[in-house]
Amino acid sequence: MTQENTNNLNTSNVAEAKVQDHFDLFHTDTYQELFEYKRQFEGAHSPEEVARIAEWTKTWDYREKNFAREALTINPAKACQPLGSLFVAAGFEGTLPYSHGSQGCVAYFRSHLTRNFKEPFQAVSSSMTEDAAVFGGLKNMIDGLANSYQLYKPKMIALCTTCMAEVIGDDLGAFIQTSKQEGSIPEDFPVPYAHTPSFVGSHITGYDNMLKGILECLSEGKKQETTNGKYNFNLGFDPYVGNIRELKRILNLFDLDYTILSDNSDTFDAPNTGEFQMYNGLTTLEEAGDSINAEGTFFFQKYTTPKTQEYIGKEWGQQTFNFRPFGIRGTDEFITKLSEITGKPVPQELIDERGRAVDAMNDSQAWIHGKRVALYGDPDHVFGLVNFLLELGAEPVHIVVTNSNPEFEKELQAVLSASPYGKDATIWGKKDLWHLRSLMFTEPVDLLIGNSYGKYLWRDTKTPLVRIGYPIFDRHHLHRYETLGYRGTLNLHNWIINTILDELDRNTIIPAKTDISFDLIR
Amino acid sequence: MTTVEEKKDLIKEVLEAYPEKAAKRRAKHLNVQEESKSDCGVQSNKKSVPGVMTTRGCAYAGAKGVVWGPVKDMVHLSHGPVGCGYYSWSGRRNYYIGTTGVDTFGTMQFTSDFQERDIVFGGDKKLAKLIDELEVLFPLSKGTTIESECPIGLIGDDIEAVARKKAKETGKPVIPVRCEGFRGVSQSLGHHIANDTVRDWVLPKADEYRQLPEGFESSPYDVNIIGDYNIGGDAWPSRRLLEAIGLRVICQFSGDGTFNEVVMTPLAKLNLIHCYRSMNYICRYMEEKYEIPWLEYNFFGPTQIAKSLRKIAAQFDETIQEKAEQVIAEHEAEMKAITDKYRPRLEGKKVMMMVGGLRPRHVIPAFDDLGMDVIGTGYEFGHGDDYKRTADYTKDGTIIYDDISGYEFEEFAKQLKPDLIAAGIKEKYVFQKMALPFRQMHSWDYSGPYHGYEGFAVFARDMDLAINNPTWSLINNPWETK
Repeated sequence: MTQENTNNLNTSNVAEAKVQDHFDLFHTDTYQELFEYKRQFEGAHSPEEVARIAEWTKTWDYREKNFAREALTINPAKACQPLGSLFVAAGFEGTLPYSHGSQGCVAYFRSHLTRNFKEPFQAVSSSMTEDAAVFGGLKNMIDGLANSYQLYKPKMIALCTTCMAEVIGDDLGAFIQTSKQEGSIPEDFPVPYAHTPSFVGSHITGYDNMLKGILECLSEGKKQETTNGKYNFNLGFDPYVGNIRELKRILNLFDLDYTILSDNSDTFDAPNTGEFQMYNGLTTLEEAGDSINAEGTFFFQKYTTPKTQEYIGKEWGQQTFNFRPFGIRGTDEFITKLSEITGKPVPQELIDERGRAVDAMNDSQAWIHGKRVALYGDPDHVFGLVNFLLELGAEPVHIVVTNSNPEFEKELQAVLSASPYGKDATIWGKKDLWHLRSLMFTEPVDLLIGNSYGKYLWRDTKTPLVRIGYPIFDRHHLHRYETLGYRGTLNLHNWIINTILDELDRNTIIPAKTDISFDLIR
Repeated sequence: MTTVEEKKDLIKEVLEAYPEKAAKRRAKHLNVQEESKSDCGVQSNKKSVPGVMTTRGCAYAGAKGVVWGPVKDMVHLSHGPVGCGYYSWSGRRNYYIGTTGVDTFGTMQFTSDFQERDIVFGGDKKLAKLIDELEVLFPLSKGTTIESECPIGLIGDDIEAVARKKAKETGKPVIPVRCEGFRGVSQSLGHHIANDTVRDWVLPKADEYRQLPEGFESSPYDVNIIGDYNIGGDAWPSRRLLEAIGLRVICQFSGDGTFNEVVMTPLAKLNLIHCYRSMNYICRYMEEKYEIPWLEYNFFGPTQIAKSLRKIAAQFDETIQEKAEQVIAEHEAEMKAITDKYRPRLEGKKVMMMVGGLRPRHVIPAFDDLGMDVIGTGYEFGHGDDYKRTADYTKDGTIIYDDISGYEFEEFAKQLKPDLIAAGIKEKYVFQKMALPFRQMHSWDYSGPYHGYEGFAVFARDMDLAINNPTWSLINNPWETK
């Protein structure tokens, strides 16, 4: 950063077009002086006092106080239900996600998803205000369904609630029926719905509720005597659109007939053709309805979709499977299963890919062996990452899962305990990123893995951050890559190893001081 | 499409897609600016049509996300379930100087993370306990604001009682902000509610809370910056300009502001307000209560900067006026260099805007300075007085849209064929998919600052890089002819 004062008020008679934006402008002396002058009005604490408290926040004493909190949550790694509902709904053909409640929520969901994917995300709400709080939101829904149906011409409206609608107790099923009777939408128009209060669970709960709602609605009366010979696949709240595409490629290699429940890969990664297309969900309503007749359903996120899985098992009488095709072994298990159910040998293409991923891991394992890692995210997301880290000989140390549950913790603990690299790991269920800050100061790690919110931990603890998860706002296009399968393993590996190497270079960059090991070849 | 009549026909045509009832409601919010009319002639600040894609947010977004959130040395608690705080976490780029997590809390998310039992049994006890925990972990915080989310108002929690009790116990301000998302028709009511909490919970105790800088003596040149949220650092070039003409800014309310600055506001001689929509309420109150006059200013683009500096200086003596002239003169060559460079690339380009508080009108003169033509503008959550003020800036035939829906915006853009659209993140990729250059005008598309002289240079560069981005020419492939 340039420190020179290039923009002094009294000397700027040089007529050249100079653009200094926020990256360097505020580092100039002029602005540094301005900040210093402003301090007198701020009523701020002395720099010494700030430094003293800052040091204290890094101590065991602070950690104990931090972990003693019961009421306060700081920087949680979870969002609320409707976000997951909208996310899954958007994978179905011509589907308009609709949130019944106050309109501010939808503005937030749309912004959040848009910021991650850098894609348009369309959803509507009932725009409920004070009068609806008193009299209920029926009138809003009658008008809202009529307007969205006529204006946006969807094939399906997937309706979820906000906390407002839940607290006042709006009856969605009855409201939708009434709206149909009032002529807002045709009688046979599909409006699956889910109750998604934000004070229960998290975004993954909302994903589950909406997926179940959609499948229930579309499959009604579609059960046949025989199966359609297909398998269903659900990825859960997985922000990597590359994963859906990679899965389809693998299934095609096995010549397997499949249905992806919900394929939102184009919704969140549509080509630029010069025309805006509102709906890009790829799972057709017909396929989704017929998924009731499949041979079985694969779930990649066990703890994201428990209700849907139970529903498919019990109500549809279908076999369900849990696989996590992340890392080499996770993918091996999945590929073996595909070979088993298709009766076909594993295609040479996949065997070669596996060999290449393993080759790459062999080549760079030395740089990660024994490295201590902190990570956070949704339960299944963390699960896949931990498995992969253990395969590499990295040591997961702090594992923070804000939307955790006991069953998940038990299952993950078993995996950790079975590995010499997992012995020192602690799973911190229901904890947040401010807890993680204390953990990272008192028991430091070499590497942090998580979403963009981890950048504050990177700043405070100087631990290099590998961005994997949702949301990633401050790096571009990562969601377009795959993280599952052997190719996905290679991507994860690449991101992790090269972050470690980047950090090494950063630490050895000062000439005549630290650059002794500023090696060309690593 | 040039005449007022043609544009009125376009509005009619677009409205045909709606059901009759919704079309009738929306018709009142769309119009064409006609010369010699002092008003844009649209209805505003009314409920959005259900089921129609509005860009509006809620009262919580206005109170926490806009007004209180940037006060950097306080904890702003999102009281209720986890979502609202999560989505509004670090989204607005309110720049600040401070040690985050120690004496500054701007980019942190504090929530009471309501669970079902809190809804059933009420959350007041949890809130009280939570404030104690804040005291333990963040001893240097200057107080807490409690931004209530939808369920709080619906279950009838008494957050005011908790606030009073805890303020007494901690000796620090605890301010309950009743900004439940279902209140009002947009984020606008949240701004008003937040202003009212300053009136009711802060200013009456200002003397008690205030820490005057050592040797502080009131001067006739003391002013406040009101309603600049320091997005991408905007308030700083503004502050610098005011100091350069000899004024003393004693408070930034609220971008990079502190609680102490908020309680110092009544000591100033003049309130200078940038975002009229979000903060006019407290200015009016201070005028009534403390007889502090207020003045709107606009620091977008050299023409308006000069005009505003002169208007501000006119409130003071000749020294200030002379300095203002000097500052304006000093920047002439530099600003000419900017327009000389960028104007030829931007001359005649047509712009459609749709933003929040002040930008749908304030940015128009900056586009004018670059020879660009704003052909359509409107507010997410403007009121009648905003649209009255807009008429001073718009040209004859400008299409005006209030709370424009996604559908209307897309149709207008298809027909009017602007060269640039300037709106928010939810609109950005819709238009980019239509191969239309776009700049986010809430967050400056992660650029900025845009205020002040330095800001104009950044603004000019950004409009150039958006419109003259060579990748637009790659969209049509060579195999198909369109």
